[in-house]
Amino acid sequence: MSATAPTPAVALPSGGEARIARRETLGQLARSKTFVVGAVLVAWWVFWAIVGSRLTPDDPLEISDAILLGPGSDHWFGTDQLGRDVLSRVLAGATDTMKVAPLATLLGIAGGTSIGLITGYFRGWVDEAISRVIDAVLALPLIVIAVTALVALGSSNATLIIVIGVVFTPIVARTVRAAVLGERQLDYVSAARLRGERPPYIMFAEILPNIAGPIVVEATVRLGYAIFAVAGLTFLGFGVQPPSPDWSLQISDNYTLLNAGTYEWTVLFPALAIATLIVGVNLIADGLQQVLDR
Amino acid sequence: MFASAQLLPGDIGRNILGPFASPADVERFNRMVGVDRPIWVQYWDWISHFVRGDLGNSLQYNVPVGDLLGPSLVNSLKLAALAFVLVVPLSLLGGTIAALRRNRLTDRAITVSGLSLTSIPEFVTAIVLIVIFGVVLDWLPVNATAPPDAGFFTQVEFLLLPSLALVAVLFGYIARITRAGVIEAIDADYTRTAFLKGLTSRQVMGRHVLRNSLLPTIAVVATQVGYLIGGLLVIEKLFNYDGIGQRIYVAAQNKDFTLLQSGVLIVGIVYLVATFVADVLYSLLNPRIRYGATE
Repeated sequence: MSATAPTPAVALPSGGEARIARRETLGQLARSKTFVVGAVLVAWWVFWAIVGSRLTPDDPLEISDAILLGPGSDHWFGTDQLGRDVLSRVLAGATDTMKVAPLATLLGIAGGTSIGLITGYFRGWVDEAISRVIDAVLALPLIVIAVTALVALGSSNATLIIVIGVVFTPIVARTVRAAVLGERQLDYVSAARLRGERPPYIMFAEILPNIAGPIVVEATVRLGYAIFAVAGLTFLGFGVQPPSPDWSLQISDNYTLLNAGTYEWTVLFPALAIATLIVGVNLIADGLQQVLDR
Repeated sequence: MFASAQLLPGDIGRNILGPFASPADVERFNRMVGVDRPIWVQYWDWISHFVRGDLGNSLQYNVPVGDLLGPSLVNSLKLAALAFVLVVPLSLLGGTIAALRRNRLTDRAITVSGLSLTSIPEFVTAIVLIVIFGVVLDWLPVNATAPPDAGFFTQVEFLLLPSLALVAVLFGYIARITRAGVIEAIDADYTRTAFLKGLTSRQVMGRHVLRNSLLPTIAVVATQVGYLIGGLLVIEKLFNYDGIGQRIYVAAQNKDFTLLQSGVLIVGIVYLVATFVADVLYSLLNPRIRYGATE
């Protein structure tokens, strides 16, 4: 399991060697089964998120009289309560999640990295004060904070991105801070300080490239949680809004049918779609972690 | 908490009385429940009553909040208790087996399936479970609410599907920590010493390895209580189960803010109590902490 190739963190920044190191990291990723399987699953859903309803067999929003048909040759996955084709809705259902979750992750990573760099670099009272605030935020269940915030702000894709991103910020900050604490003692940081570089330059131009590995891993892990959070909030009715064919909306629209003991195709296929996407993202995260972590 | 409830948009009286009430009625209602007073007066009123155990009346149902939340809290605790009773032994067993078969097929299978289950939202797992056990096999009830006079085992039967969905999410996480703990303990010097003393592997496992590997597990179980509360919100809605999560959800939707803030506060208290109990257990199992010689 011990990595033989130099990770980007130890490679010299000068041209050739950095490129070799990068190519080696990519080679290791390509050899990792976990990573490849995950990448294929995610690529499949990214493809459908981009083409959306343009390539689906039917219009995912088109209502017809053929309600609640079981899976068959006309409708492979059956139809729902309004006669919409479940297969088309499952394929088109990736779009909103794939917009909201990555943007929310990006927001959380950007905010968390900045705060983590500042707290980890300066230590002292700045660190103390911000860390206490982070502890306080983390003490409440995430979904409870998110539900309250979304009720207050109103639900739209934009508020969803902001709320999830803001909730992620302290969690990312904690990880980044820990990574910064490991780096700030190293010689290259002291050297930069002795050269008279200003703290922002040292933080963002010296330390940041060297903790890129943990940040990339954290970003993939967060992406998984973001999809989890979007799905849960949408299911509760506080996330993506109708008439989007989002998977969680399909489930929340149709799950009551299960009390009648049948029509399971209306919820089973969207459920499996969410599951494959999230498992894919987590496999990628796992593969990255094995390759990038020292 | 109080602040976030204040952020909820809309006029309280208008929300409760509906769109057809006359403006005068709305104003009289607002004065009656006291929401027209300055915010800090309301806050003091609320917090001073809360400390005395009086949670006030629900704005929507106009009955004491305690009467609504009490039974719901009991219901939620039943569900959470069943989930924990199932998940702790399961994940300890899974984590230990994975550690003993380290890097072999069994280990990979447990780790990967655990990781996948953990990352899939609980309502998705629940849907798959309902379809398999409730619809196709028809073994378990799809609804979580047992008939009012149901005995213990009937209640467990009704709660099995929702708690299994929570178990699925918690299992991978706890099992992974247990696996790491057991591996660390197996590799430790004291384990080698124990073997060299001539103890049987059963004695070594029970007295040295498992005991030491339990520590991180207990710590992590406590941190999962916070997740569990969020999970209850979703699961209780899915199974239409009258628990505290369902109450918070409905209160948030109806802007019933006395109910909402008391519900969230109770959730916070439950979380604190759980963390405290974990700390106590931790120090009972780990003498180093008990004697104050940390690090």
